[in-house]
Amino acid sequence: MDVQRKFGDPILEVNDISLSFGGVTALENVSFDVLEGEVRAIIGPNGAGKSSMLNVINGFYHPQQGMITYKGETRKQMRPHHAASRGIARTFQNIALFKGMSTLDNIMTGRNTKMKKNLFWQALHVGPAKQEELEHREYVEHVIDFLEIQAIRKTPVGRLPYGMQKRVELGRALAAEPELLLLDEPMAGMNLEEKEDMCRFVLDVNDQFGTTIALIEHDMGVVMDISDRVVVLDYGKKIADGTPDEVRSNQDVIEAYLGVVQDDELAASQNN
Amino acid sequence: MFYREAGQFKDNYASDQALFPIAQDRWFVMIVMGIAFVIVPFYIDDYWTNAIMLPFLIYALAAIGLNLLTGYCGQVSLGTGGFMAVGAFSTFKLTTAFPELNFIIVVLLSGAITASVGVVFGIPSLRIKGFYLAVATLAAQFFLVWMFNKFGWFLNYNPTGQIHMPPREIFGVLITGPRAAPEVKYLFVLIFVSLCALAAKNIVRGRVGRSWMAIRDMDIAAELIGIRPLEAKLTAFAVSSFYVGMAGSLYFGIWLGAAEPIEAFGIEQSFLVLFMIIIGGLGSILGSFLGAAFITLMPILMKNFMVDGLGLAVVTAKHIEITMLGVLILFFLIVEPHGFARLWQIAKEKLRLWPFPH
Repeated sequence: MDVQRKFGDPILEVNDISLSFGGVTALENVSFDVLEGEVRAIIGPNGAGKSSMLNVINGFYHPQQGMITYKGETRKQMRPHHAASRGIARTFQNIALFKGMSTLDNIMTGRNTKMKKNLFWQALHVGPAKQEELEHREYVEHVIDFLEIQAIRKTPVGRLPYGMQKRVELGRALAAEPELLLLDEPMAGMNLEEKEDMCRFVLDVNDQFGTTIALIEHDMGVVMDISDRVVVLDYGKKIADGTPDEVRSNQDVIEAYLGVVQDDELAASQNN
Repeated sequence: MFYREAGQFKDNYASDQALFPIAQDRWFVMIVMGIAFVIVPFYIDDYWTNAIMLPFLIYALAAIGLNLLTGYCGQVSLGTGGFMAVGAFSTFKLTTAFPELNFIIVVLLSGAITASVGVVFGIPSLRIKGFYLAVATLAAQFFLVWMFNKFGWFLNYNPTGQIHMPPREIFGVLITGPRAAPEVKYLFVLIFVSLCALAAKNIVRGRVGRSWMAIRDMDIAAELIGIRPLEAKLTAFAVSSFYVGMAGSLYFGIWLGAAEPIEAFGIEQSFLVLFMIIIGGLGSILGSFLGAAFITLMPILMKNFMVDGLGLAVVTAKHIEITMLGVLILFFLIVEPHGFARLWQIAKEKLRLWPFPH
């Protein structure tokens, strides 16, 4: 990246996070920070604990140990509702759209925490409740324009192709006007063209809305191209942290990805 | 040819989000409502009111209630009969304790009481899902009916074990009891059900409805985008029970006039309403009406056909009728598992192209 990008203070700091499920350790003493306005990638082999990390950040998992500081507020664990209303939105590794609803309704649901009118007003659907609905619809239309999905506005999302569903899911997250956007493998299973589109959207979101982005991705080309800094996890531990170039040349990372063949393992495999 | 939306441009979000954005739909609904409100009352008699229109409308209201919970929020309930009983007994107790209270208020209060009972029985839904929740709601069904039967206070210590609706007037017109005019009963229930259906439609297309559907379709994702499962599920139970309670209130107060807890509010009622929403279409207000129409009108049509048309004995006809109803339900579920509402939607999609498919 030619232009020197400037970032603010850390919007999110995770300190010494450990998470285990019974005897299985998912994360062990992981610490890193995310600066305001940057694109931060979390990478690692399968089962390294990347998705668990995102789940800890938005409060779906509660770590046994460690502290999370988000926008200056330090907590032992986040709560999903609290995280969402304070501006953390996310997408999921396996698409988690609301299948029975249209694209428009899915994205409108992203704005649920911003809507306040009570049940009674909504049942009447006049005056303030109608007004509120229309205001939010207008914002949602901006998101739809931004993601270029005008044509599928009224289509039930179950009928959409995979790449489009991923896009709608991004739209649902964007509708919440997040300050921190967590993307769990936004390009998984896409072809080259779809990946390029998605990269463009991620960068545009970062650029136009100033949204901080933390993403998990397996496609190294994508990660190295679009992220500002990269965290590498392996078996629940952080093994590297830095700019893409630093990470790429880190010996631990190379070993984690390519594997290190120990002498005795080699011997064992030859014996078989 | 007739069902074309081409040329109907919308230049603001309000018109795009209108209840019936397509002009033909708007006309169709207006015509149906016009017939129901203006023409039917002139021709309706006692038989049509008590055997056809009242059961249809009241079950439609109960079906809307259950559909809000099961179809929109995805929480299966087999407690409908029990909740209808709460509505009916609330009406009975309120109207006998406060004879001056306007019947409209009695119905609304009965709904509110049922809503609070529904919330209590909805609490298990926070931990259990699907079939297990259905079994948990059975507890509501059996407990509530047992309770009304067991404690004489609910029956005003009536030794026959029945509750009777005393005659009540609203705005000087007799509305309940055997001497009330059929068209008055019909119009009252029609107005009530129409307004409730409209309110339900408004709820499901707004924030609350979306949070219910989000919980239904993907509860984890819903939670992570900031929907509180507790709040969403309990409001669904509350609103659903409110509707079912009002249906129970009208069922007892206007239609039956007298009821006995085990017979009128048994488990069959719960299944009946559940069948209505499955056949009509889960997650559809229109489907609730279609399902209620099917379940209440089909037996009558078949009976008329067999007894009057084919000259069968009434008992034989009854047996055949029950069997046929089961077969028809199976047939519809195989042909269109998403119910009549989906059939209607497919028909509309076909109509948009007809008769020039290219």
